[in-house]
Parts: sequence; structure tokens; C-alpha cells
Amino acid sequence: MSLNVESTPLTAVLAPPPLRLIDDSGNAVLDSESGGFVLPPIETLLGLYRQMVVARRFDVQVTALTRQGRLATYPSALGQEACEIAAVAALAPQDWLFPTYRDSIALLARGVEPKDILASFRGDWHSGYDYQQHRIAPQATPLATQALHAVGLATAAKLKRDDTVALTLLGDGATSEGDAHEAFNFAAVWQAPVVFVVQNNQFAISVPLDKQMACRTIADKAIGYGMPGFYVDGNDAAAMYAVVSAAVDRARNGGGPTLIEGLTYRIEAHTNSDDPTRYRKTADVDLWRSRDPIERLEKYLIAQGALSNDERADIAAAAETLAATTRECMTEQAVVDPLELFEHVYATPRTALAEQRAFLAAELDGDAEASAGENEKSTR
Amino acid sequence: MSPQQTLETGTGVRAPENLTLAAALNAAIRDAMVDDPTVVLFGEDVGPLGGVFRVTDGLYAEFGETRVSDSPLAEAGIVGTAIGMAMYGLRPVVEMQFDAFSYPAFQQIVSHVAKMRNRTRGKVSLPIVIRIPYAGDIGGVEHHSDSSEAYWTATPGLTVVSPSNPADAYSMLREAIASDDPVIFMEPKSRYWSKASLALPVQTEPLNRAVVLREGSDVTLIAYGPTVKTALATAEQGLAEGLSIEVIDLRTLSPFDDETVGASVRKTGRAAIVHEAAQFGGYGAEVAARLTERNFFYLAAPILRITGFDIPYPSPKLEEYFLPTPDRILAALSTWEWS
Repeated sequence: MSLNVESTPLTAVLAPPPLRLIDDSGNAVLDSESGGFVLPPIETLLGLYRQMVVARRFDVQVTALTRQGRLATYPSALGQEACEIAAVAALAPQDWLFPTYRDSIALLARGVEPKDILASFRGDWHSGYDYQQHRIAPQATPLATQALHAVGLATAAKLKRDDTVALTLLGDGATSEGDAHEAFNFAAVWQAPVVFVVQNNQFAISVPLDKQMACRTIADKAIGYGMPGFYVDGNDAAAMYAVVSAAVDRARNGGGPTLIEGLTYRIEAHTNSDDPTRYRKTADVDLWRSRDPIERLEKYLIAQGALSNDERADIAAAAETLAATTRECMTEQAVVDPLELFEHVYATPRTALAEQRAFLAAELDGDAEASAGENEKSTR
Repeated sequence: MSPQQTLETGTGVRAPENLTLAAALNAAIRDAMVDDPTVVLFGEDVGPLGGVFRVTDGLYAEFGETRVSDSPLAEAGIVGTAIGMAMYGLRPVVEMQFDAFSYPAFQQIVSHVAKMRNRTRGKVSLPIVIRIPYAGDIGGVEHHSDSSEAYWTATPGLTVVSPSNPADAYSMLREAIASDDPVIFMEPKSRYWSKASLALPVQTEPLNRAVVLREGSDVTLIAYGPTVKTALATAEQGLAEGLSIEVIDLRTLSPFDDETVGASVRKTGRAAIVHEAAQFGGYGAEVAARLTERNFFYLAAPILRITGFDIPYPSPKLEEYFLPTPDRILAALSTWEWS
């Protein structure tokens, strides 16, 4: 039963058109409609386009590998490339990214190797890349929890007088969590150099946004925290890049946090174990497929004469090379060490863990006698 | 009491003074902040007010807003932001104002504080101290007297400690702040005003070690935090009844000091654990189980648990019926067959 059967939620009905710089047809919008933001330079847009194409190829490849059983799970970001890539592209090397499980292509765009991104989804370990080197926190699974980590890190940077900014990615469903509220509020009260990028892909697994909230947009919530909020066309890479860049600059210059909502759509299922036909119409998916973020930017670049056939072929080749690399590394058998289970839990060694490690080692050796002996000794 | 020695630190050795447990904690945070500029303190009311128990009294004035700050009233937010700060090289000391008010932070503690080091294969340590005033016997209204230690001790990745006296309060908090592992630092509220003469900085036994506070030959009575005083009183009363009770202060609940406690139990052959928390699934169950597994053939009787009842913590006028007392403990010990 829905609590709002009788009344129509404000969501979507009263939502204003999202801010965009390039429209569905690939044309630049009028200056009067651009909300004061200007189109990024053409080289920047070309860079975004290249990364989006490569990211999609990666995403499609990993989804295929998951269907083949090579990975335990993979939450796809197909259709959300503009949000993911633009958010990362707006960051400086010293900045930190706090991603979720859906943001693997953001990691890819920030230079993480496929094998390291996919280590957790293959099941090798709970996370698999070098956090300090890439300035990326582990992909968070509990919703909105990482937003508080971003606020804390940004605040620490501010206390140390570093010019580091933290950017966190969230989904629309995550904004219902208490941790999202606390993160928005702490960030605003502490004037933390942090940027919240909410990818409104319209579904929290199966639940649509109008069952999450009753206000017009997620961005509207910013006013309640005392920070700026922007409602952006999340399939317009130019607009996402322009708005996120402005927010990052603002944070870096002591202006505090910003909440950005990118309106987009999750084309794929939540994960490979989800069946989206149970909760949404194929026609809706098709409609959003027609609003593809890559095609939109491609049309614009071609119209500007900035994307030659050679360039497109070069990008396609790079995407195929990455797909091949991804296939190869996921075809290799993962090397896992059962005894590593005990290695990292504590910085200070524990006797009880050493005993359990020895127990498992003996079990692995198939040394039943040694194992039984340990037990007997310990009960004496 | 536990052996003590004074530490040489940047804060210098001071003349002995009569300090409450709360004042010892205050001195530990202050000295840690003097010695290590990465130590920061925040939470609810810890700034100008100095905390509702005055544990952070004067620190805001001494170190200023950048290192000591009042946060918004949100415990998940406090712990969650502490995680981010620790990832950036700070050592946050945060306060959950009362035991039961730590529950909004449960997810951040269990899913991130406890797991980050393991998740990142040791690359991201979280040197965070989460201070939790806990337990009852202070006439507190509902939600102000919970003993929540078993939630934390059941969580791999957390170190859980609870001092029972001012010397340990100082020494253990200094060590907790210096530790690269996250520490749940459980402060027995009813002992905040207990006093001892201390020449700070004082160093007692290291974390992770239990201490035999009083030697005895008939029974090992195991306690921690607020029930240590009860256990010592029980031993004194037991002596009058011809019972020689050895009292152990666990100090650290996770990890458990099997060596010290096991040696005592093998010596006396009888053991009982005392805590305020409810019995079912409580910390005492783990103590009884592991001591039995490891020392069964030395035991003359089953290990007893003298604990709070399996009910929510009662209101002030009823708490005296809930809390373990020396009489109740001695009555429990008398149920054993004594040959």
C-alpha cells in the first residue's frame, strides 16, 4: 500500500527543468537558459567523451563477465556515464573521491586498473586498490555512510590548511538515509570543502523516487542545510562538469559544501540478481536509452567539427583494448590466501587470532592429528 | 592496585595530586593533545561546557576551536566524520554522551570503524578512540545507564576497554589514543568521582592485560569497570566468612587476557564473573565459555555469572534491586558444593 495514493507527490510534477548546457539533440542551449554556467572548453568535452566511451565499454564488458559467472556481482552504471566521469574529471590530483558500489567507472576514470576495481566484485577481498595512491576511499556498500567520511576527511584537510577537496557520490535512495542528512548538516555547519554529487537514477533497486521523498527535487533539500543546491541534467556531461567544477572550486576557496543532483537513469538492472521487468516498463527504459549521454555529447562534438572519424576509431580501439585487458584479468584464477584472513584485522597482534590462524593452517595441511592435538591441548 | 610508574613525556612529571577518574581522563586527553598535534577532540557538549561529566573541562580553552569542538547532535555523524579525519592522518577522540546514545552510531562503528583496516588489507588504519560513559548506579533516567559492551566485544576489529580506577583511566586512555587500532573506551559513570593520589603522567599495566587486584586461593572473581569495586568489597566481606577471593580487573574486554585469567582459575579452581549488563548473551557468557573450554579439568565447579537481570535497565528507584551486590555475589558462590 502506498501512503500517498490519494495525493500526487510533488516529485517530478513540480520539478523544474534540470540545468543543461547541451540539449537532447546535441545543441548548445541559449545563454539565458544556462544558469550562468558556460560550456567547458572543447578539449575538455572531448576528454569527457573519450572517458565515457571507454567507461561504457568497460561496464558492458564487466556485466557480460558477471553473466558468465566470472564475478560474484556487478552494479552497472550504464547510462550514468556523464555523472560519473564529469564528477571525477572536475577533481584535482590531491582531491579525494568517496564512491559507492555503483561507481566503478569513476574509479576507472581516476586511473584504477580493472583488476584492482574488480577484485571485490570477483570476491578476492572486500576491496582491492591503493587508496592513498588514487585518493579514493573503498567503494561503500552501506548507503550514505561514505558521505560522512568525505565530510570528515575534508574537515581534516581544512584543519591542516591543505587545499584538498572531497567529493562523494550518492544515489537517490541513499538520500533517505539518516547518514545523508547528517553528512549534509555536518558539512554545512563545519563549512567543509566537500561536494555531494547525487546521481538520481530514479530507482533504489525497485523503489522509485516518489516513494523516497515528497519534495520537488533532491537538490531542493540543500536550502534546508544552508548550502547551494543544483538540479542538473545528469545526462549532459557538459553541464555536470561545469557545475561540479564550480562546486569544487568553491569548496577549495573556502566557500563550503554544495549539493548537486544529476537527473539520470539506471538503464541496467540494480545488479545481475535483479529483475527490473517486475517494477518498470520497457518503454520507460527505451525512452531513457534515447536520451543517451554519450550520443548527446557525440552529436555536439561532431557538429562542432571536433570529433573526426579517426578520433572516434582511436577511442573505440582504446575501449576495445581495455575490454580485452578486463577479460584477460578476470579470466585468470584469483589467487587467495586463506591465512591472510587473520593478517589485517588489528594493527596490534592478538593471541586468539594467532591460535585460530594456526588452527586453519593445520586444517589446510590436512593434518588432522595436529588439529586434534591443538584442540586437546587447549581444553586441558 | 596495578603497578604504576611515571612516564617521561613532553608534558613533564607533576607532583602527586588527588584526582578523580574523570579528572584523570581529562589529563590523559590534555597530555595526548600536547604530545601529538594530530589528536583532535569533538562530540556533543565537549567544548565550552567541558562535557556533561566534565571530562573535557578546560580543553576548549587550552587548545581552541580547531582541536576541540562541539559537533552537531548526531552520533553517526560524529563517528562517521571521525573516520574521514583518521583517513587523513588525524587521531580523533570522540564522545558518545551516554551509552544508549551511541546506538545511532552503531552502523558506522560496526560496518566501518571495525572493518576498515581489514577491508583495506592494513592500508587504512583508523586510530579513533570512541569514549562511551556507560553503566548505571547513578540514578539516571532511562537510556542513561546501559551496559552496551557486548555489542562491541562481539564485533571483530574493535578493541574494547574499561578502566576501573583513576590510574588506569589515565594510562589506558593515553595508550588507546596512541594505538593504531580503533578503541571503544567504556567509562564507568558511577566511578567518575572515585579518587586516587597520582603523580601524572602515570603508566599502569599495558592494554590487553588483566590484573590481579587482590590475591586469594578459593575463588577467582572476575570484574571490570563499575563492578571492580563491588568485587573488591565482596572479597573483603568474604574474608570475614572464611572465603579467600582473588579479584581480577579485566581492564580490556577485547582481546581477553586468557593467560592471566586462566592462570588464576587454574589456581583457585572456581570462577565467577560479575557485570551489570543482562546475563543472556552477555559478556560473561563468553568469559565462562572460554575459561571452561581451556581449563575444564582444573575446575571444581561450574563458572557462575552474577549479572543484571535479563530486563531493560530499571528506573532510579529500582536499580538497587538490579545491580549485583556483595551479598548477592556471596550468595551465588554459596550455591557451589564446597568439599
